[in-house]
Amino acid sequence: MSERIQLAHGGGGTLMQQLIERELKALYADPSEVLHDAASLSPPPGRLAFTTDGYVVQPLEFPGGDIGSLAITGTANDLAMAAARPWRLSVGLILEEGLELELLRRVVASMRRAALACGVEVVTGDTKVVERGKADRLFITTSGIGVVEVEAAPHPTAIRPGDQLVLSGDLGRHGVAILAARHGLQLEPPVLSDCAPLWPLVEALLAAGVQPHCLRDLTRGGLASALQELAVAADVGLRVEEARLPVMEPVRRTCELLGFDPLHLANEGRLLAVVAPEQLEAALAVLAPAGGEWIGQVLDAPPVARVLLRTTLGTERALLPLSGELLPRIC
Amino acid sequence: MVTSPAVLAVAGQLARTASRPWTLMEVCGGQTHAIVRWGLDQLLPQGLRLIHGPGCPVCVTPAETLDAALQLAQRREVILCSYGDMLRVPGSSGDDLLGVRAAGGDVRLLTSPLQALAVARRYPDRQVVFLAVGFETTAPATALLALQTLAAGVTNLSLLVAHVRVPPAMAAILEAEGNQVQGFLAAGHVGAVMGLSELEALVARTRVPVVVTGFEPLDILTGVLRCVQQLEAGEARVQNGYRRVVRERGNGEAQALIREVFAVVHQPWRGLGVLPEGGLALRGRYQQLDARERFSELNGPHRREPQAAGPCIAGTILQGRATPADCPAFGGRCTPEHPLGAAMVSSEGACAAYHRYRPPPWASWLHE
Repeated sequence: MSERIQLAHGGGGTLMQQLIERELKALYADPSEVLHDAASLSPPPGRLAFTTDGYVVQPLEFPGGDIGSLAITGTANDLAMAAARPWRLSVGLILEEGLELELLRRVVASMRRAALACGVEVVTGDTKVVERGKADRLFITTSGIGVVEVEAAPHPTAIRPGDQLVLSGDLGRHGVAILAARHGLQLEPPVLSDCAPLWPLVEALLAAGVQPHCLRDLTRGGLASALQELAVAADVGLRVEEARLPVMEPVRRTCELLGFDPLHLANEGRLLAVVAPEQLEAALAVLAPAGGEWIGQVLDAPPVARVLLRTTLGTERALLPLSGELLPRIC
Repeated sequence: MVTSPAVLAVAGQLARTASRPWTLMEVCGGQTHAIVRWGLDQLLPQGLRLIHGPGCPVCVTPAETLDAALQLAQRREVILCSYGDMLRVPGSSGDDLLGVRAAGGDVRLLTSPLQALAVARRYPDRQVVFLAVGFETTAPATALLALQTLAAGVTNLSLLVAHVRVPPAMAAILEAEGNQVQGFLAAGHVGAVMGLSELEALVARTRVPVVVTGFEPLDILTGVLRCVQQLEAGEARVQNGYRRVVRERGNGEAQALIREVFAVVHQPWRGLGVLPEGGLALRGRYQQLDARERFSELNGPHRREPQAAGPCIAGTILQGRATPADCPAFGGRCTPEHPLGAAMVSSEGACAAYHRYRPPPWASWLHE
């Protein structure tokens, strides 16, 4: 086989069969299913969650992950935010003519590892090849089905005044890792993407008896966007404490240097849990050992700006999502 | 990282020092952003007021200059280069350079003026125009570009210059009718280039204290404290509150570059009108690089400033007579996504700072 993707690899003929047989089979939990048009599923009893996402990150490989690990983990994490155990996934690949086969192999291997880590099985997929210049090397879409493990799935409309906000770990690593890879920044120590499965944290919360009113993974737009979206969807106000927001030192330094705010930077392995005040202790018992922190609360009356930040000086200001695009193609 | 105990200690000292109301102006938009970002006004004693000055180079670049840039950018042979924020500032018709680019114009974003020389060398058959804006901080880099362009014999690069000088604007604010400013926090980075002598001349003439100040919360509050100490003691001096960066004589090499390439001229400021000695224009043999000479269809440099479009009150805000919250368009018709005026575009504009950190209740995205 040639060392680069050709148009014929998507043509339905011999080369395409070879590509699937030799390179893509590794994705599937049960390779015998690969050549069928559709997977047949026997879901466990209960409600299902269903989600889909496209991945166009640049560069394709970055410190701490690649487009493959992101495509599996990101979709599995979206399911976890509905308190659904990630179960089955589909994978659509759009390859640009000329893509190095070695890179595709690495990405496929990485997807396989991520699927194992997330506890999901890839059961169906599709591959297309487009002419050189019509795509940027490799795009991936994944759709996922999860099994909802609670009676009332977490949702912004369940957020109540007095609820407490718990963040699962430090902020901004994915954004800085992408930035460093894109611009050749040598950070010391290097910053790795935080890309990681969130279901284990959610499962642990549920096992500890915590019934989160809402869960939100912090992706594009970072904590600031997530807070604003929740506040608007729930029609409440939020206040967070700047002093409690964990940001690792190289991330903070990079942001200061480049004029970014870590609260606007993307994450790929962090969640925000909104819990009733009486469940705060139990939620922290689960999340704090993994680097989690209490960061604020839902206010009784929504302030004008919806989300307030109490600065380290004790003053207050609005915390807004970034207007415009900070870093395009972050995931 | 902000060390809050030190900041709070200065705030405490300020509360003990101020015996009556004072009104100070922070000149620079970078300082305005830090004040609003950190809520520093919330730490001031009652009656002590900070008003926001005109120190946003993008905001004060005349619409006429932008109109000239827009006109040039539409020419097929022209590659128009400037700094990022300039590309989004509306000219007098409401169009901006990004719009011209979307329509097929060749508009490029630079982070350093010398990049324009590289562009000119790479495209010898095109006319490269650099839209040069900014205070004394960016003028030396523009001067270096002019110097190197002539030295290299590059003939397809020209400059559309709208450089402005800060001290004349400070003087104009003090001399304006109804002025409330009793003391200035001057911009530290301008001081780093120009030193203190121009400010000393201003203070000698106006008897208004000036403290050269940095951009961290502690710098700014300490600057406020020193200014209030002077006012309480009935003094008026220039104080250097940014010694880790600013030398008394400034940066001699940078000043020499400015003197070599530029002459001091009367200059229109957007929103403030023509300020005597308020700007810089190419002088002597560098005039051959003037885009207005090269493209004869552009009008003379000091055409009358067009009226501001629609309800924008940025001119009043730049003079410290209003805050963004006083503007009927703020956060409604005028947002960072759809700016009516430059102060909403620039990362140093007061309107952008307020919109980011103190949005009005009617801001549409708060409810979407």
